[in-house]
Amino acid sequence: MTFADTEIAPPEPPRYVMFWRRYKRNRAALLGLVLFVLVVLMALTAGIIDPGDPLRRAGEPLTPPFMNWDTPLGTDQLGRDVLSGVFYGARISLLIGVVATLVAIVIGVVIGALAGYFGGWVDDVLMRITEAFQTIPNFVLLLTLVAIMGSKIEWITLAIGIVSWTAPARMVRAEFMSLRNREFVDAARNLGVSNTSIIFREILPNALPPIVVYASVIMALSILMESALAFLALGDPNYASWGNMIGQGRAVLRSAPYCAVIPGIAIILTVLSFSLLGEGLNDALNPRQKK
Amino acid sequence: MTLHMPPILTYALRRLVQAIPVVILIMIGTFLLLKLAPGDTVDALVGDMGGADAAFIARLRAEYGLDQPIWVQLWRYMVKLASFDFGWSFVYEQPVATVLMDRLGTTLMLMAASLSIAFCAGIVLGAIAARRAYSATDNLISVLGLVFYATPSFFLSLMLMLVFSVKLGWLPVGGIKTIAAFYTGWDHVWDVVRHLIMPTTALSLIYLAFYLRLMRASVMEVADLDYVRTARAKGAREGRLMTHHIMRNALLPVVTLLGLQFSTVLGGSIVVETIFTLPGLGQLAYQSVVQRDMNTLMGIIFLCAIIVVVVNFLTDLLYARLDSRIELA
Repeated sequence: MTFADTEIAPPEPPRYVMFWRRYKRNRAALLGLVLFVLVVLMALTAGIIDPGDPLRRAGEPLTPPFMNWDTPLGTDQLGRDVLSGVFYGARISLLIGVVATLVAIVIGVVIGALAGYFGGWVDDVLMRITEAFQTIPNFVLLLTLVAIMGSKIEWITLAIGIVSWTAPARMVRAEFMSLRNREFVDAARNLGVSNTSIIFREILPNALPPIVVYASVIMALSILMESALAFLALGDPNYASWGNMIGQGRAVLRSAPYCAVIPGIAIILTVLSFSLLGEGLNDALNPRQKK
Repeated sequence: MTLHMPPILTYALRRLVQAIPVVILIMIGTFLLLKLAPGDTVDALVGDMGGADAAFIARLRAEYGLDQPIWVQLWRYMVKLASFDFGWSFVYEQPVATVLMDRLGTTLMLMAASLSIAFCAGIVLGAIAARRAYSATDNLISVLGLVFYATPSFFLSLMLMLVFSVKLGWLPVGGIKTIAAFYTGWDHVWDVVRHLIMPTTALSLIYLAFYLRLMRASVMEVADLDYVRTARAKGAREGRLMTHHIMRNALLPVVTLLGLQFSTVLGGSIVVETIFTLPGLGQLAYQSVVQRDMNTLMGIIFLCAIIVVVVNFLTDLLYARLDSRIELA
């Protein structure tokens, strides 16, 4: 007996290798990844590169960049180190972005899953609520929530999450509606699996890829919203934030524009990194969408 | 419906009826927010008067119906909202509705200008990028789109101000008209336009990016469809193909976005109006938050929501006109 005819196809490379291969085909996404890693490094090393409070006085007020190596990117009108502010600002932006995105995704998944899975009046009620939320301009709602709850960083993060869940909810609902009548769901139901298990263990994993991609969009929008709040001086005053630095830099825009320009570039590059990251994830996770 | 109405009218009616529960939910939502906020009308009133005794406060509460059960309060509030009575603003010493109407024009003007520029430029650039996909032109347009998408509106506003007001001195830094200039006729119009150039540019450049990206993807998808190939095979020139065959279908998702974006742009006008000191609803929203003027803030939320409902309704109608596949009945 020979085994010659049992030709076995070479094993497919592990999933993460496939993922990486698809991801790296998109050059822009690679750039996004590099920027993302940079921002994360800035956030992680904020305390090491520049120990001490970013809000303290570090040198002569309004030292221009590249003049004094203690404060390489210069100081603002109160003598605070701009470089230090940019590093600590990265930490706050990422922190608020990640947590707010998680809040938005969790609310969105629960509402979208219930609406899409059960349909009928549950769907009607939940979708009307979603529409009502979508109808109120989210930045107006955000300001109102901050006015009611106060400017503590925890509340701001929660408020950003609360105004951002509608798009993922609609997305999850659509996925659930197309998946709920598939055979594997019927099979699970016939085996007596509970609704909760079907929703979270059977359908949700299949509905995740577009949500992951969309999370990068929410992340970018959250960072923009936080910086806008901080710019309007409605953020938490106890933390260095890029938006706040720009807001303060506005007062010296004529004489020292770098105070506003440097944190502005930081925001643009960070948000850009998430947009590009999202495109790469889309290529890697939803390969069929691309021709 | 047994009446012989044109299908588009039946469709419009049905969409209107669907909007009712949404409006009711928004009313309940604003009521809840008002209740969540620290202090009520009477607190504001008493604070304004510099204090009062407990019996008087209780009488005021009864007068304003604040001693009633929550359901009764909610019902009264909804009836008032439905007649566009938003209560009294203790900051402006005027009915909120009057304050809002004073500001509405500026915001609508800013939004109409920004959205139409963003929409038109977005679809044209998106179509160009899609037709020359992966070329240098496409790359340039796409990269610019991404960068504007990532730029916070307040930062873009400041940079415009830095270049065009501070450095070049071409445009005014803020306001809606030159104070104490008393321009009339065309001078007045030109003056207002000059004040609106920078805020409009800031808002439209950012939203342009949305339309641009969607339009590019949409044109590329439609251009691959069979009917376009058929038209090409029958000898239609590329220009005509674009204007007569591709555009109409490629526009559909972009039109939907126009409706959805409207509420985002209203939110974005808060920052831009505040920076350029434009006396619109956005600036009013910011001031109300700072001054804790909850009645005005709720009025803004409700008014904005109604505007968005109306715009969405209009986009739905436009969409139905554009897409013959939608069943109107």
